[in-house]
Amino acid sequence: MSATVTAPTEPTDGPEVSDGGIKRGLASRIVARTGGGLVSVGLVLVALFWLMPTFGLLVSSLRDPKEMDGSGWWKVFSSPGQLTWDNYDSLLSNDDMMRAFFNTIWITVPSTVLVILIGSFAAYAFAWLEFPGRDWLFLVVVGLLVVPVQVALIPIAKLYGDTHLFGTITGVVLFHVAFGLPFAVFLLRNYFAGIPRDLLEAARMDGGTDLTIFFRVVLPLGLPAIASLAIFQFLWVWNDMLVALIYADTDSAPLTVALQSQSRAFGSNIEVLAPGAFLSLIVPLMVFFAFQRYFVQGVMAGAVK
Amino acid sequence: MADAAVPAREGGGAPGDAGPGTDASDSKAAGDQPRGPGAGALLGWLFLLPALVVLAVLVAYPIVWSLVRSLYGADGWSDFTGLHNYKELFTDDDTFTALKNNLIWVLVVPAVVTALGLVFAVLTERVRFATAFKLILFMPMAVSMLAAGIIFRLVYDHDPDKGVANAVVVGVHDAFSEGAPYPGARPRGNAGFDAAGGGFVTKAATPAGGTALLPLVALTADKVPSDAQPAPLAPPAPGAGVSGVVWLDFSPGNAGTPGQVDRGEKGLPGVKIEAVRGGHTVGSATTRADGSFTLPASATKGGPVQLRLAESNFATSFGGYDWLGPSLITPAIIGAYVWMWAGFAMVLIAAGLAAIPRDALEAARVDGATEWQVFRRVTVPLLAPVLAVVMVTLVINVLKVFDLVYIVSLGSSQKEANVLALQMYLASFGGGNNQGLGSAIGIVLFLLVLPAMLFNIRRFRRENR
Repeated sequence: MSATVTAPTEPTDGPEVSDGGIKRGLASRIVARTGGGLVSVGLVLVALFWLMPTFGLLVSSLRDPKEMDGSGWWKVFSSPGQLTWDNYDSLLSNDDMMRAFFNTIWITVPSTVLVILIGSFAAYAFAWLEFPGRDWLFLVVVGLLVVPVQVALIPIAKLYGDTHLFGTITGVVLFHVAFGLPFAVFLLRNYFAGIPRDLLEAARMDGGTDLTIFFRVVLPLGLPAIASLAIFQFLWVWNDMLVALIYADTDSAPLTVALQSQSRAFGSNIEVLAPGAFLSLIVPLMVFFAFQRYFVQGVMAGAVK
Repeated sequence: MADAAVPAREGGGAPGDAGPGTDASDSKAAGDQPRGPGAGALLGWLFLLPALVVLAVLVAYPIVWSLVRSLYGADGWSDFTGLHNYKELFTDDDTFTALKNNLIWVLVVPAVVTALGLVFAVLTERVRFATAFKLILFMPMAVSMLAAGIIFRLVYDHDPDKGVANAVVVGVHDAFSEGAPYPGARPRGNAGFDAAGGGFVTKAATPAGGTALLPLVALTADKVPSDAQPAPLAPPAPGAGVSGVVWLDFSPGNAGTPGQVDRGEKGLPGVKIEAVRGGHTVGSATTRADGSFTLPASATKGGPVQLRLAESNFATSFGGYDWLGPSLITPAIIGAYVWMWAGFAMVLIAAGLAAIPRDALEAARVDGATEWQVFRRVTVPLLAPVLAVVMVTLVINVLKVFDLVYIVSLGSSQKEANVLALQMYLASFGGGNNQGLGSAIGIVLFLLVLPAMLFNIRRFRRENR
């Protein structure tokens, strides 16, 4: 199944698009054209509608705070002089926000790397090693896919309290690794299992052990799935607020938490919130646009998480 | 599949921290390893060990712990309360609101998002810019709930000069209905009017040929239109109908007589007067530049009429909806959530659509089915498995919704917008300090996703048979 992940965003060249070759009746051509025209106009409107909220945030983050109180962001269309980098200047010189930004990176990168490492070991075992209880154990992992974090928040808080992990980046990272693992194992195991057995046999013939096969054959061949997992986990951790809200303290808080504490006093500090929110979403958006094929594959393979 | 997209890179793929034994085992003779792929129980468990330890300590153990803890009260392990916490879920107002809202979310969101995704997926098949469209709609999936929350607080700002939602609503409203000419004005208290649904009705009925004086107050002078003429001292001749004057009954310096038209007092043009008899409107007129009006004879044909100053003359101007207020907060947040997830449904369904054999659709068309019939009888049934996956995914995620509700309702209507995941946080961390109740809510959420878990396991077993 999902080892064969297709790229879903491929444009579908419907027959009605290429009307050059096919001879059709004038009437049906007009119907197709105008019907298609209506659909096109409708979809363009929907797309604009979908872009507007984010665009509003972007414009707000670029406006002079003095103008923001009492006039909408769309006023920049009539007076573009309001646009300024000032908000970003003060954001970049805001120590709390900058520390939170780097905390986000220190939380996200290790969480992603660890999940890939631990997950792919386990996935290889589930896909290619025989041991008693393997299949039902994997079903347990499939079951764990949907466990809500809420069921673990309190006990892990206790655990972290006892082990002095509370308020540390390590604690936040470990939590994300734990709750990212079921998806990682699930995604990678399905992909690894689709690698042709011949390739592994051949490596074995050449004297490869399970470790060499894992590193030299399975991991390289599994790169597309690993890329999907990496992006998915990266976005999941980068965008998390709840886990960090509970386990991070002021010094280890990521951007999301820093922004939510700002938004408690909403209205007065939109000049901090808007650029901050944009900073927090521009990184995922860049990842999304750069790797959207893998991202979509990850979402598709992991639907139901 | 892996299909040669990334060819096996001999020797180049091992990361630096390959672990002990990698290089050593390379040099071993081929004969040392007499097993095929997949032999060795011990090795299997070794590969699994890190994952199993993490999952056991940080996922499995906490589930059991929460289950037990949920049977104890706020004071800790000495405070065994049995199922009390679960009972409180249904009796405590805050928690019950959360439960109710979660139910609304689960009933509304998966259905709406899936329907939207289906429509978009089908329609994008017909346009050239399908890829761009999908990208734009899918983009919010990459954005954090926090950022989306901030984005939508901006959208939903009550002030139509700041929030784009109310700007549009007010704009549309004003385009279709003219604003009331005299917001807030009312008849002089002793002039013989009853308030009637935002408007006013005279107590006495006026017969044919009668006249009426309708003095208004509570209107600042700047609200009087610049083209208003001084009110005539006596109403115009009524003829067979009814005539009268509507004017601002106020002279500077309180020089005039209340209820009488005094020299210099302005008439109020554009006021709509309705003649009412027995609850029916039998005629209407609009005041002229000097505030005078004449109702035609047809209005009084059946007898005396009461005069009504309709609400539309006085309604205060429409300021948009209070999106973040108590009554609209949940629909508003749901709107933001739909914005985030519609692209997800669309992309999954579009992939499912692409997998439908074109022959099936063509066969139906050849048989004379209309496009709608093809959609309804062929496409949707063939898509059913994909639609089920989308729905189940959404149900799971909707049950866990937290950040968006927390951020959008922050400081305004958190009580009304409450959901289980938020209440769990508030009860155990955000000041409630009742870990017993928090654990119980966690367990309830866990139980609620159990059907989805079983769905997953069954789907997986079916696909791997």
